[in-house]
Amino acid sequence: MSRLSEVLSSTREQNRAALVAYLPVGFPSLDRSLEAMRAVVEAGADVVEVGLPYSDPLMDGPVIQHAAQVALAGGVRVAHVFEAVRTVVEAGAACVTMSYWNPILRYGPERFAADLAAAGGSGIITPDLIPEEAGDWLSAAQEHDLDPIFLVAPSSTDARLAMTVQHCRGFVYVASTMGVTGARAQVGSGAADLIERTRAVTDLPLCVGLGVSTGEQAAQVAAYADGVIVGSALVATLKDDEPDSGCEQLRALTAELAAGVRGGRE
Amino acid sequence: MTSDPRAGRFGDFGGRYVPEALVAALDELDAARRAAETDPQFQAELAELHRSYTGRPSLLTEVPRFAQHAGKARIFLKREDLNHTGSHKINNVLGQALLTVRMGKKRVIAETGAGQHGVATATAAALMGLDCVVYMGERDTERQALNVARMKLLGAEVIPVKHGSRTLKDAVNEAMRDWVTNVDSTHYVLGTVTGPHPFPEMVRNFHRIIGDEARAQMLQEVGRLPDAVCACVGGGSNAIGIFHAFIGDADVRLVGLEAGGEGVASGRHASRFATGVPGVLHGAATYLLQDEDGQTIESHSVSAGLDYPSVGPEHAHLYTSGRAEYRPVTDAEAMEAFQLLCRTEGIIPAIESAHALAGARQVGAELGPDGLILVNLSGRGDKDVETAARWFDILSGEDIVREKQIKAEDEPQDAEGSGW
Repeated sequence: MSRLSEVLSSTREQNRAALVAYLPVGFPSLDRSLEAMRAVVEAGADVVEVGLPYSDPLMDGPVIQHAAQVALAGGVRVAHVFEAVRTVVEAGAACVTMSYWNPILRYGPERFAADLAAAGGSGIITPDLIPEEAGDWLSAAQEHDLDPIFLVAPSSTDARLAMTVQHCRGFVYVASTMGVTGARAQVGSGAADLIERTRAVTDLPLCVGLGVSTGEQAAQVAAYADGVIVGSALVATLKDDEPDSGCEQLRALTAELAAGVRGGRE
Repeated sequence: MTSDPRAGRFGDFGGRYVPEALVAALDELDAARRAAETDPQFQAELAELHRSYTGRPSLLTEVPRFAQHAGKARIFLKREDLNHTGSHKINNVLGQALLTVRMGKKRVIAETGAGQHGVATATAAALMGLDCVVYMGERDTERQALNVARMKLLGAEVIPVKHGSRTLKDAVNEAMRDWVTNVDSTHYVLGTVTGPHPFPEMVRNFHRIIGDEARAQMLQEVGRLPDAVCACVGGGSNAIGIFHAFIGDADVRLVGLEAGGEGVASGRHASRFATGVPGVLHGAATYLLQDEDGQTIESHSVSAGLDYPSVGPEHAHLYTSGRAEYRPVTDAEAMEAFQLLCRTEGIIPAIESAHALAGARQVGAELGPDGLILVNLSGRGDKDVETAARWFDILSGEDIVREKQIKAEDEPQDAEGSGW
């Protein structure tokens, strides 16, 4: 059982959802991104999703696009992901990587999987890789006991939901809305429906992402999901034009979200 | 109409590397276009539009004075520049617009580099009563201001993309983001033979008419097939369109001309086959310009339409299988060929197409006077007149700035941003 599965089993036993915090490595700088990852773990994140910055992040909204550009301009390389993974694991949380497919393909799926496993990572979320195209990654994941995490979307047919979850381990990433990453005033009402449809075909934990930015929204989603994924709202607290924020806003928002996931089923 | 992993593959290339949210729409599109491809009513409707609206069949023009500078080979131009809207792009766009109507969608989006695809999409949207949004890199809106104006006149909203390299690559990213968000109401009229399945195959099929016509015209007018077919390759739609009719003719060389920019050694180019390696970009496995971390490298070309770091997956397959050859043509070589066609034949080509003309000069020199070359003149050069005037120093930069200032003083300012 991966560290990720252990953490999600534990939160299930506590009858609460897990807080999954997304942060890209290298934003606003490498050191500060590592500091931010430690901060979210200390403030209550159960799982950290370490983003690998990519030049063409077509699933991401403006906040994460900007962060990726800053990180790449700052010299972040693929290998820095493994450093970030080690940092998160040492801080006490489970860690998954979120990456578009081409950087992994270029690095070599087998080599990437070996290095990720060596760093203590549990798996990879691949927003532009569907199971039909994932043969190389699925083999490498099997070899290195990593969790492949694919997305399901409101537009997924029942047949695709069933097929996709068969290829997932760790959890299933439930994209709550049609669209790119970014904070929204309301989490789409389609999330609960999609959770229900996905529950019908798998016992894996279901974590909802895209659009959550407040403790209140986290609590709403935590009422029916096994995990709440928050990205853009957390990244937005990190300012690349300020020398050192001490991550205070990040800690405060993480704590609010952590309270939200704990209060969602009360 | 399934997500079969082999569907849409050209050898090792193609496929679907997309967010799950788009799979249902791609399946819907694939089913719609397959039904349309075998539906006589759809085919008749499209053929009538080609005849009465686009102006097909496009002419075949021999260019003997130009050919004097190309080894004295016989050279024929397939005149896609004479199509309505001025390029081959209309072939694909009319087909996709008809499909949009059949799918019951009311809004189309598109990306554009040089503006030709954007103008064609805006045109088809106006013709069929569809809402239209065109994404264009901010740098390209500056290079192709005339086409921005055309799109706006046709009723399209043009959105300048201000991040990344601010060129075609980023316009594709932004169009994809829009599509992911609005896929229920919106069809993405992708402008070239790349992207996820079924786009490369579908767009190619809409452009096959170029090669089918040209092959028949060559046989009728010359009595034999050409020794070589030359076409410029950005994404590669005009090239696949003309190549496809000749793939089975082993004696016909297929020559794709990529943007060599300031020279391959300079690093400032868009020569994917000269320096690129296989990878995944914009939904397809293909050749692309990328660094050792898989990050896309920005391309460069004097031609906005060729300034793209990736290439259609079928071209990647034609390259690795050896059926087609791909050569870089520098900005300088392309502009020399541009000027040569203007001066010898009275035809102002698109700078994209000038790359194919430069390639024809190389191939003509190799073949000599017995050679017979077919060149796809994919577009006309109206949109490129300012770029060419600057290049040849016909109108100095200062003159242009002064003229713009005069215009700005005379005309009310457009508060909105402007935005291939």
